[in-house]
Amino acid sequence: MDRAELLALADRHRAARPPCRIRCCMAAGCQSANGEGVKQALAKAVQGAGLSKEIEVQDVGCLRWCGAGPLVQLDPSGAMYRNVRPEDAPALVATVKGDGEGGPARVDLQHPFFTRQLPIVLENSGQIDPERLEEYLTADGYQALYHALFEMNPADVVAAVTRSGLRGRGGAGYPTGLKWATVAKNPGKTKYVICNGDEGDPGAFMDRSVMESDPHRVLEGMAIAAYAVGAAQGFVYVRAEYPLAVARLNKAIQQGNGVGVLGTQIFGTPFNFRVDVRIGAGAFVCGEETALIASVEGKRGQPRPRPPYPAESGLWGAPTLINNVETYANIPTILRKGADWYAAIGTEKSKGTKVFSLTGKVANTGLIEVPMGTTLRTIVEEMGGGVPGGRVKAVQTGGPSGGCIPAELLDTPVDYESLTKLGSIMGSGGMIVMDQATNMVEVARFFMEFCMDESCGKCIPCRAGTVQMYRLLTKIVRREAGVADLEQLQKLCQMVRETSLCGLGQTAPNPVLSTIRYFLPEYQTLLRT
Amino acid sequence: MTATHPSGDKRFKVLDVTMKRHGFQQDALIEVLHKAQDLFGYLEMDVLLYVAHGLKLPPSRVYGVATFYHLFSLKPQGQHTCVVCMGTACFVKGASQLLEVLEGEAHVKAGETTPDKKLSVLTARCIGACGIAPAVVYDQIPAGHQTPETVMDHLKGWLTDGPR
Repeated sequence: MDRAELLALADRHRAARPPCRIRCCMAAGCQSANGEGVKQALAKAVQGAGLSKEIEVQDVGCLRWCGAGPLVQLDPSGAMYRNVRPEDAPALVATVKGDGEGGPARVDLQHPFFTRQLPIVLENSGQIDPERLEEYLTADGYQALYHALFEMNPADVVAAVTRSGLRGRGGAGYPTGLKWATVAKNPGKTKYVICNGDEGDPGAFMDRSVMESDPHRVLEGMAIAAYAVGAAQGFVYVRAEYPLAVARLNKAIQQGNGVGVLGTQIFGTPFNFRVDVRIGAGAFVCGEETALIASVEGKRGQPRPRPPYPAESGLWGAPTLINNVETYANIPTILRKGADWYAAIGTEKSKGTKVFSLTGKVANTGLIEVPMGTTLRTIVEEMGGGVPGGRVKAVQTGGPSGGCIPAELLDTPVDYESLTKLGSIMGSGGMIVMDQATNMVEVARFFMEFCMDESCGKCIPCRAGTVQMYRLLTKIVRREAGVADLEQLQKLCQMVRETSLCGLGQTAPNPVLSTIRYFLPEYQTLLRT
Repeated sequence: MTATHPSGDKRFKVLDVTMKRHGFQQDALIEVLHKAQDLFGYLEMDVLLYVAHGLKLPPSRVYGVATFYHLFSLKPQGQHTCVVCMGTACFVKGASQLLEVLEGEAHVKAGETTPDKKLSVLTARCIGACGIAPAVVYDQIPAGHQTPETVMDHLKGWLTDGPR
């Protein structure tokens, strides 16, 4: 299909759509709160009222406030309702038509939780039906790809991404443009593009929501990347724990191939891009790029030393571009709205927005997208509403590779450098709030147990070191340890950090070191004298 | 080409189709093992050897991959499964207490199956449902905001000597 046909398809879809819509959140949180039951009840109520031609009941992706699910939003009024029950359906249907009041509790969309957000990656999340290509097309879908193919050469695309200042959203924050340029410059004939959807950090579900709520956006970003670096084959590697994401991506790929925005001769040009989904099998280490590549090849997901970096020698020895889900999801908007527009958002060194999953002991749990540089206090206290009936003690970012930031430092802006300076990392975007009841030594032990289990066993510092650190932490928790044990723990932390092969081992000590740094008295009270 | 398994078990035929769809490519091993586990419930040695033969891989490689990844099980599972999410958000909200209740009721440890093969108690690293923590997955269906009481409720009828 060419561009005109695609736009016509979008127009037809827009015209055929009933004026009123009831959008039901079908993301994981709402689904497990009986979202499906609510949707069915709403569909039945619409039918019962004879309004099928006027009101459409629609599945959409994440509506953000996961803790208050099931969420339902009405069009055209935009009113959102929380904790909806199937028996609320008739009242809600009456509200859509404007001649009804009451029903379930209405969500205050003027709350900072919503007003402080700046959706770029989540722009379509909750707005469109992720299983319908037409919906994505009505939201300017695949226009950025068209723009790239017809109005830019690959080098222009790389230059635009570089100028936007986008950095890897998987956690480390490597400049995306630089990575693309390295792969593009490589003379290799066969190149690959991989999307890292192995979101393993416990407490993080941003990538899941993006893949489930707006799968086409990720694919469009990958296609643009493939054009820029000269690849014709891509893989989306998704954890097996996310079956809905896998299903939606597969469906989206099929739809994209069907209309010629993916597959062979995209938009009638010689550019081909075939995408396949690869499913993980439950190994945290596969989030590390070289381990992920081994897993795509059907092997044990064990990392290997770098260099050579995947940009030179990756999948089957070919130059490979590997980026995170959220990184790719930023690309279509960057091309559509311009690199300079994007670079104007955020801080000097961290551009754009970041999606966080705000969870733990906080009043409003859910998904948020805020400009880089927003302070932790704004996120946790203003948007999250603080700890219900308590006080914030610490905020954990970066999962098992990150650290705990104490309440005193909540005024820190969220950007790559500031978080690293505090001994934590940006990470992929999990943000877990802990209150006064949380024992920080237990938290450190919890993460160490995680790293111990997930260590792939290839290098000794990580394989043996995590076990020893876990034992020492257990000894401390049981009040059996002395001062010497704490010292040894710190020494071990340094050793494992400096000598491990991959990011898993190198960052495994972070939760321990950061809790020792900020909450030393908690360790000391547990020591034997 | 693989010939169907001598046992005549039709599930091997389905496995053949899967391997064929992947062109008997060795890099499809993980996909094939996923299918095998779907079909058989777990990966017994016979199935692993069959896959090794089909993809022309050394059995050591297939066994190595099957044991590396957490989601592959080399032991049969119970009739029902209960997966307690042990992600950070669930941990902070008391997932360990939920697991204690479960282990106590079922008289097995996490990762084990009751002797009557009725229930497997498992843990997950993070199921990505952090917004509704603590979460437990009962027979593939996730449930949020769990308490020891709701856990007991779900267990009704799943244990011979448990709550009814």
